[in-house]
Amino acid sequence: MTTATAPEFKTITINMGPQHPSTHGVLRLVIELDGETVVSLKPVVGYLHTGMEKIMESKTYTKSITVTDRMDYLSPLGNNMGYVGAVEKLMALDIPERAQVLRVVLLELTRISSHLVWLGTHSIDLGAMSMLLYCFREREKLLDVNEMIAGSRLTPSYFRVGGFFRDVPDTFVPYVRQFVEEFPRALAEYQNLLSKNRIWMKRTIGVGTITREQAIEFALTGPTLRGSGVNYDVRKTQPYCGYETYDFEVPLGRNGDVYDRYLCRIEEMKQSLLLIRQGLDRLKPGSVRCNNPYVFPADRSDVKLNMEELIFHFKIMSEGFKVPAGDAYFPIESPKGELGFYVVSDGSPKPYRVRVRPPSFINLQALETMCIGRMVSDAVACIGSIDVVLGEVDR
Amino acid sequence: MGLEELVPDGILTTSVEKMVNWARRSSIWPASFGLACCAIEMMATAASRYDLARFGAEVFRASPRQADLMIVAGRVSKKMAPVLKRIYDQMPEPKWVISMGACASCGGVFDDYAIVQGVDTVVPVDVYVPGCPPRPEALIYGIMKLQEKIDRQRLKPEPPPAAEPGAPASGATTV
Repeated sequence: MTTATAPEFKTITINMGPQHPSTHGVLRLVIELDGETVVSLKPVVGYLHTGMEKIMESKTYTKSITVTDRMDYLSPLGNNMGYVGAVEKLMALDIPERAQVLRVVLLELTRISSHLVWLGTHSIDLGAMSMLLYCFREREKLLDVNEMIAGSRLTPSYFRVGGFFRDVPDTFVPYVRQFVEEFPRALAEYQNLLSKNRIWMKRTIGVGTITREQAIEFALTGPTLRGSGVNYDVRKTQPYCGYETYDFEVPLGRNGDVYDRYLCRIEEMKQSLLLIRQGLDRLKPGSVRCNNPYVFPADRSDVKLNMEELIFHFKIMSEGFKVPAGDAYFPIESPKGELGFYVVSDGSPKPYRVRVRPPSFINLQALETMCIGRMVSDAVACIGSIDVVLGEVDR
Repeated sequence: MGLEELVPDGILTTSVEKMVNWARRSSIWPASFGLACCAIEMMATAASRYDLARFGAEVFRASPRQADLMIVAGRVSKKMAPVLKRIYDQMPEPKWVISMGACASCGGVFDDYAIVQGVDTVVPVDVYVPGCPPRPEALIYGIMKLQEKIDRQRLKPEPPPAAEPGAPASGATTV
């Protein structure tokens, strides 16, 4: 015999992913629901695990650059920079001025192209279908830049330890200048479509709030952190490539919700344009390879005439260059947050260990806090606002 | 000329097979199954500049039950392979698979413990598109090749080849 009791509190567990309608890769979420309200949410990662860190141990330092491209495939040049930066730090190389300036220009162009994919996919998740088409329209121009400099659209592998493997073509500067002139108009168009859009505001304002304290506790970085009003940008705190000499601001949010993170990223694109303009103005003719025969072989013409240059060329191309034993950590501000490469060398031409600090992976921790107590459809908004790239989460 | 003169204007005659193949190839609905870098190029193919809609294949379906083409775009990890098989099984017949990029086709640069060395070990593949990642033009070419393949399909299964005199009656062919 049982006495009458209140109906039992019941939740259901649903499985979102790894293949799911929200366009952010193979992220699986195990969501516990009470009606339509999220009670708990656990991300399950590893569906794109590639073993990249392990693969890099078996490749020479130059070959590993190719692998870094495929980590955060939305900002391949950013990953190149993090990795070659760590190796350059180990070798204490002196990078020519032109290469430094070009790196800043290319990194900021990559930031814009990454944010454009984020904006397109984030808004398509929330129902603004046409935004994807608009964003990809501009992004194609940036992919043309990649093609111009390295021959490949998405995975250029353009950076090398000690500079670049070749200089940019003559068409590069006029093309980028034209892009910088045109892009503000496109950006205004996006903001026109979204910023005061009533549906967009209802779907994003007050959703997925992360307070300042929580953001710091989760070790969030990038726009996900700055949306909560914490002023931390690696370009300002630990400058690289001479970022300290450029004039730009770090946009901050106030409320830490999806809408503030959206505004932060939009503003970041404007700041990137400022940086690109300054970089192009500073660009002087010169070499883009560091003057170190053990890292960069001489010009092709010298290699054909000179025995010693030929030997150096052969040694570097077949065996690779040796990096002094030691370890180095090199953080950069990738579009997602602080991307750090920790490289350990044992003095051989291959890294002993490479460890990546992936911003998406660490930012993903905050997803549960953002979603609890909200509807399932808000979870989709939250994933988009973190700007998670699964290639980087799982590596 | 025969039958065409008898039917009124605005009516075309064709065979059922040709019409079905025409309908199938002109409205391929891919499942939105992006895995890695290639997925971004797949999105670019569907987006403004390349406009996959010109080939009738722009309706990316979120549910495999509404799709008839799976574009495996990216590296397939060993953890993902069972999921991929399941999604393939959920798709209704007839269905086709495009293996997009080096990783999906053969493992690509990732010859290691985590990555399936070619998605054709998991599902049957119709078209392989090389590249790392392939350009949108390459994917479009792959889809056009698939359309050609669909055009050649027979509605009725081909009869088994007639047994050669002297061959065993069971129908087993010797290679």
